Amino acid sequence: MKAKFASVPYLVWIVIFTIIPMLLIIVFAFTSPEGSFTIANISAVGRYTDVIMKSIWLAAVATAVCLLLSYPFAYILSRRPARQQQVSLMLIMLPMWMSFLLRTFAWMTLLEKTGLINRMLGVFGVGPLEMINTSGAVVLGMVYNYMPFMILPLHSVMMKIDNSIIEAAQDLGASPMRVFFRVVLPLSFPGVSSGITMVFVPAVSTFIISRMLGGGSNLMIGDLIDMQFLGNAYNPHLGSAISLVLMVIILLCMSIMNQFDDDVDMEGAIL
Amino acid sequence: MKREKSSSDVLWSCFLLRSCAGVQGGFAPTGGWRMPAGSGRGRSVLQRSLSLLLSGLCCLALLSLPVRAEEETGFDLDYYGRFRGQNLSINVFNWGEYISDGSDGSLNVNKAFEELTGITVNYATFATNEELYSKLKGGGARYDIVIPSDYMVARMIEEGMLEPLDFANIPNFENIYPQYRNPEYDPENLYSVPYTAGTVGIIYNTTRVQEPVESWGILWDERYSGDILMFSNSRDAFGVAEKYLGFSLNTTDPAELTACANLLLEQKPLVQAYVMDEIFDKMISGEAAIAPYYAGDYLTMADTNEDLAFSIPKEGTNLFVDAICIPKGAQQKEAAEMYVNFMCEGTVAADNITYIGYTTPNSAAYALLDPEIQEDPVSYPPAEVLENTEPFLALDQETGLLLDSLWTEVLTTDSGYNKWAMPVFVVVAVALSISLTLVRRWRKKRDQFK
Repeated sequence: MKAKFASVPYLVWIVIFTIIPMLLIIVFAFTSPEGSFTIANISAVGRYTDVIMKSIWLAAVATAVCLLLSYPFAYILSRRPARQQQVSLMLIMLPMWMSFLLRTFAWMTLLEKTGLINRMLGVFGVGPLEMINTSGAVVLGMVYNYMPFMILPLHSVMMKIDNSIIEAAQDLGASPMRVFFRVVLPLSFPGVSSGITMVFVPAVSTFIISRMLGGGSNLMIGDLIDMQFLGNAYNPHLGSAISLVLMVIILLCMSIMNQFDDDVDMEGAIL
Repeated sequence: MKREKSSSDVLWSCFLLRSCAGVQGGFAPTGGWRMPAGSGRGRSVLQRSLSLLLSGLCCLALLSLPVRAEEETGFDLDYYGRFRGQNLSINVFNWGEYISDGSDGSLNVNKAFEELTGITVNYATFATNEELYSKLKGGGARYDIVIPSDYMVARMIEEGMLEPLDFANIPNFENIYPQYRNPEYDPENLYSVPYTAGTVGIIYNTTRVQEPVESWGILWDERYSGDILMFSNSRDAFGVAEKYLGFSLNTTDPAELTACANLLLEQKPLVQAYVMDEIFDKMISGEAAIAPYYAGDYLTMADTNEDLAFSIPKEGTNLFVDAICIPKGAQQKEAAEMYVNFMCEGTVAADNITYIGYTTPNSAAYALLDPEIQEDPVSYPPAEVLENTEPFLALDQETGLLLDSLWTEVLTTDSGYNKWAMPVFVVVAVALSISLTLVRRWRKKRDQFK
């Protein structure tokens, strides 16, 4: 009874600030400005397939890069003494104390034609490289900003892998590759899947990174939605339809990830 | 259509407001703020009241200036005193940093209005016309004064969202220049009073662009490839193309719009980036050399980088006007009209425009400005330039959608990624997920038989 009571404020909060807004988005997506039911908004989203595909592609690349960079790091870190782990995790979190906007802005000054990196290269006679306003810069911005969201879940899962399990596998004659693929990788899968979700979801819906580092010509879904609500195109119905499509895409991606997850549980059970 | 103000201004005005608010009660006839000193609760109270007294003095010193100025400049006290003692209040909704707030010794317009009329001003700000529109449309908030831009005024008139003004209550409307009266967005001038105006032109860096800039065509000049910035909002970007091709800024002809989109596509390889506020950083640092932008913002940039110059192309340009209106459902219409009239007072409008940095449509305010500003061709372009301008009007829904989708096309085409990459990726992902499930089942079966 008491627990039920204590959960009331959270329930009210969720209803007011999550469920009702979500329903509103759905209502807006399926109504015309005059208020009648229509699916024209949803079909209009089809016009922006290119943008949606591109956002998913860039977010997927950023997620993959994050995973490739974070996985070895998280593993090495989890085998270190506790004190070192604490300090390293602190250092990873350190940039997040600064404003997200400021960090992205800093990359702008680094990557520009007259920016720090190009000026340094200029000293060695390497011509100014085209770095900012490319999709590469957008991916870089995403990787830089969302990397901690990959490292933290990976690390917390790997920390729980007991050294004795790895030693047991080695004692039984497994090669290092085999130990990794049959023991470490399956056990760390929950971390991988939650890391992928935590990086992919914000990356696919970001708009400020693509605006600042992509030079405005690397439009993403977030930019489209922003244009519908705060831009000249002012059309909240289309904007809601786009965000609804985005939500469905994210749900789809998460369900694919959950497939992996289930599988892992079974594997863990087998092992 | 606003420009940023330095944050120190904001801080300072916050401080001022707070100290004013702290003392406001002190002006009550009872002189209540002196009471604590006599209540004898020891040093802390004394200190507190002393500091109150001090801040009160500060505030008085600051306030007395405008108040005395008002008496000298002869505001019509009979007119402004009509609502005194009725405890009225009006809700004002304006752009951020778009009114003189008393920093740098200028007039705190809202405060002065309250002092003069006894009407309380509840002041709130918005960032885009669309935000204002959705707030009013949603009906969640009641405002007595709003200050939208031209095309939004037209749209609101069309949708019956504005209250016709009673110009008998706004005698200062006579201060508005004739060329700003009966504008295209409000042809009979029933609903709006111009507040500020400004033009769009080309800002360029004279160290990189030696030739005189006379035409929008320079934005398509291949010699400056990679040094050109462009608006990232569709209306302004299409505006540039429309003027270059000699079309109206408010064309609804799909063929003309498509021609503009093609022109913008042609320009795309030369464009370094599509930006709005990032332009400040990029032009000031010299990262880019040419950009179309608002005249008022050029002045801000030129303060930091003296190499920058501004030019209004010969093909003509957009003249935007932000106008004061009263929305439908305003509860204190007459008090709001009094506020509109106050904003049109020469001294008030002059202080506002000095603070904002745009162009004033108010002749009495213009007369009070520094001669240096008066002769600045950027803020006050010669008449022949002004004649060759056009305001933005509201576009119908269909044209708006077309414009938007054309613009998205411009921004997304030729972005150099494989169209097939994504579908293939999705198919592979789904296949992988299915095969994983199958393998899992197969393994489970095998293990059962072991």
